Amino acid sequence: MLNNQGRPTNPGEAGAQAPKTFTSNRALQMEEALIFEIGRPDTSGVDIDEPEAFTQRLGALERKGEIGLPGLSEPETLRHYVRLSQKNYSIDAGLYPLGSCTMKHNPRLNERMARLPGFADVHPLQPQSTVQGAIEVIEGVAHWLMELTGTKAVAMSPKAGAHGEACGMMAIKAAIAARGEAATRRVVLVPDSAHGTNPATAALIGFSVKAIPVGPEGKVHVEDVRALLGPDVAAIMLTNPNTCGLFETQISEIAKAVHDAGAYFYCDGANFNAIVGKARPGDLGVDAMHINLHKTFSTPHGGGGPGAGPVVLSDRLAPFAPVPFVVREGTNLRLVEDEAGTQAFGRMTAFHGQMGMFIRALSYMLSHGSDGLRQASEDAVLSANYIRASLADLMSLPFGNRPCMHEVLFDDEWLKGTGVTTLDFAKAMIDEGYHPMTVYFPLVVHGAMLIEPTESESLASVDLFIATLRDLAFSVQRGDTERFSGAPYFAPRRRLDETKAARNPVLRWTKPAPILKAAE
Amino acid sequence: MRYLPLTEEDRSLMLARIGVSKVDDLFVDIPADKLLSKNVDLPRAKSEMEVERILSRMAAKNATASTVPFFVGAGSYKHHVPASVDHLIQRSEFLTSYTPYQPEIAQGTLQYLFEFQTQVAALTGMDVANASMYDGSTGCGEAVLMAHRVTKRRKAVLSGGLHPHYADVVRTLSKMAEDDVVTLPADAGATEDLLASIDSSVSCVVVQNPDVFGNLRDLSPIAEKCHANGALLIAVFTEAVSLGLVKPPGEMGADIVVGEGQSIGNPLTFGGPYVGLFATRQKYVRQMPGRLCGETVDAEGRRGFVLTLSTREQHIRRDKATSNICTNAGLCSLAFTIHMTLLGEAGLRRLARVNHANACKLADALAGVKGVEVLNKSFFNEFTIRVAGDAAQVVEKMASAGVLGGVPASRLLPADAALRDLLIVANTEVNTDEDRAAFVDALRAAL
Repeated sequence: MLNNQGRPTNPGEAGAQAPKTFTSNRALQMEEALIFEIGRPDTSGVDIDEPEAFTQRLGALERKGEIGLPGLSEPETLRHYVRLSQKNYSIDAGLYPLGSCTMKHNPRLNERMARLPGFADVHPLQPQSTVQGAIEVIEGVAHWLMELTGTKAVAMSPKAGAHGEACGMMAIKAAIAARGEAATRRVVLVPDSAHGTNPATAALIGFSVKAIPVGPEGKVHVEDVRALLGPDVAAIMLTNPNTCGLFETQISEIAKAVHDAGAYFYCDGANFNAIVGKARPGDLGVDAMHINLHKTFSTPHGGGGPGAGPVVLSDRLAPFAPVPFVVREGTNLRLVEDEAGTQAFGRMTAFHGQMGMFIRALSYMLSHGSDGLRQASEDAVLSANYIRASLADLMSLPFGNRPCMHEVLFDDEWLKGTGVTTLDFAKAMIDEGYHPMTVYFPLVVHGAMLIEPTESESLASVDLFIATLRDLAFSVQRGDTERFSGAPYFAPRRRLDETKAARNPVLRWTKPAPILKAAE
Repeated sequence: MRYLPLTEEDRSLMLARIGVSKVDDLFVDIPADKLLSKNVDLPRAKSEMEVERILSRMAAKNATASTVPFFVGAGSYKHHVPASVDHLIQRSEFLTSYTPYQPEIAQGTLQYLFEFQTQVAALTGMDVANASMYDGSTGCGEAVLMAHRVTKRRKAVLSGGLHPHYADVVRTLSKMAEDDVVTLPADAGATEDLLASIDSSVSCVVVQNPDVFGNLRDLSPIAEKCHANGALLIAVFTEAVSLGLVKPPGEMGADIVVGEGQSIGNPLTFGGPYVGLFATRQKYVRQMPGRLCGETVDAEGRRGFVLTLSTREQHIRRDKATSNICTNAGLCSLAFTIHMTLLGEAGLRRLARVNHANACKLADALAGVKGVEVLNKSFFNEFTIRVAGDAAQVVEKMASAGVLGGVPASRLLPADAALRDLLIVANTEVNTDEDRAAFVDALRAAL
């Protein structure tokens, strides 16, 4: 108020060239040192009393010497991490169109529910009689997942999508072993367009990988699958909707061909958000599919985790599901933790899986209901198609201007000869206040740009995004390459030298060497 | 629906721009007979208040650690987490951001990962650490796979003091990859002869310290024998606070250190999500699984951080990757690093001493109970007692008397009849003298 009433600011003529600042800060953009540079080993932000004198029982294994852990008081800690946070982009701050990542709104009710002491403050190995409500959550999420996918079993414990893939493929390997075909069925078919986790998972479990070529319209053809099927094939791993943003039209035929050849159908469920409540993978012949609760069911991505990757299983694979699993005995729920007496293939993790994520996902499911989940998928698909239709005249669509699912894939054909690359274009989006779309994935198209708006964006938000991309595209056409080649200009950092980072990896802070005194 | 911003009018406008008349025209690639014409058979949308009511009722059925004398551990520990930790990890910019693939607008995440890696390396006494694993147990499985890559051998030896869930995870992975595993019998007294199992066919030996029964183990002779035979020592811990007081595995010759970081910054949450800590020697860094954050400079020469050495990872290497891992433990690693920063070296050491002192008090009190024997010669904040009777029944009886009194060994190793009378008891800074007295009384009554 004072500033306004007493001394009105006037932008004037100054400011064409911003001066350098003493602190290197740029107003709200603060530079922040490492904790190792600002902390002190004897400072603590936690008050703990020394215990009374006692005799240690550590054998001869007491830790001696400095550990190397600086401490900060509570106010310093808050300032450090708040300043760091301000260097991050987030869904809450803006549209985050990362294709195949489903950066949708993370409801805060979910966070509140996960923090109820009855969930956050219970131990995985308490007597089961004291945690019936926690087991009920696991059973509840399992029920929703089975209904939404049209399956009869789900393994809840995998910790993330790739872990879920491993779980599903292990169930397949166990089923094949039970049939006595472990020695002969060693091949897994994976399309070129698949996420890298698919071939990595197959290899982890001792399968060899054969690539399925992707057809000219971005889809897998049943004839190409048939040509590769044989008595040596254990499974196919297919993402549907696929990574080109398209639904595999021949999925039922592919499933039948795979089953007729004695193999199993693993579906990567990363893109389930397009079809929740619209189609059920179980009806399409899927034997196993992981579900990324952190994508489709809104549990926060948290800067890279934690995820959660339950796997739904067909009747044929259900008996091989790992421990633990829930059984109902009258009114009592029991977690079966021991493999003995079951056909379970083993255990994926200590304890019972990502309980904190189950609560958030259940909160999301209950909030949406069957009607809201279906509407969310429709809106996600609608927004992606709206973006496609609004940019098709300026950017190139590798598989033609036809309906996509919840994400739309462009390639860099339209950038040819302009001097601007997909990466440059992405970095220029940063200056406009957007997180770039997924770039250079999938690998089957050149310079891929995969845009997934999700259902969480208003029409005004999507329209502004489209207008921004159009403006950038016009800049490309005009030859205004500077806007791209040096971008980002306004982010907390300019482009970073990734080659240097990989060539000479510095993976931890080390104390700088003392400066030697010049000889007198 | 409160989470969906589009209105019916918006939807009509958008369909018109696209040039279709109804939304199902966009779902034409789904086989017509598989496209659902109505809602799946599940309840309809609910208000925030209704959802809160349903979930609160479920939560109310569980006995919480803070409201009873609580001594349950065996891989997951009740510690006090400062209020500022949970506040900070809920900041939008941490909570709702993705993996830092665009480093210019993800320096917050990248810098804390760099700090986290440095803290974990220091804590474990190792050269380098990664940006975290899903949890300790899956990290343990990955450590064994890594050792196989380094040694080009395929046989792991698991100590009988390794947490049985961790051993199960390793055995499951190994069975699938068709690698060999030798598991030594459960070793409550820390008397096993691991050295006898180590020869030149062995890729790695996996030893936990403190072990699942709470015993402290000197890893140095095992490391020596491993190295003489070209094998690696994988040291596991499930209680990160112990490293504030116990000699770190890096000083005892470990080649890979893997452990559970839940104890620092993260609540119990019925077993997950937690945070796996993973550290190794510099020379093995390119065989490490998981994400790594490294320091570099930007176009103006300013210090910055990026994900690096990604040529190890699945999105580049596909079936030749070091692991299929894609995510890390993100927010849980943030909670860990914030709590560790608050503690600092002095705070961590003090916290560890309090834990150890409390456990010593409890051990002394229990040693005086008729029908109870404390098995451990050494321990940190957890030890094993032998009770007269079935420990699982004793625990149930104590639970009905309002005391959560530990983990019966049979819960983890149900097939081993010799362990029926063993109870694993943890004692941290949260336990008071009153809690310990209540435990002793409840145990007496249950025997």
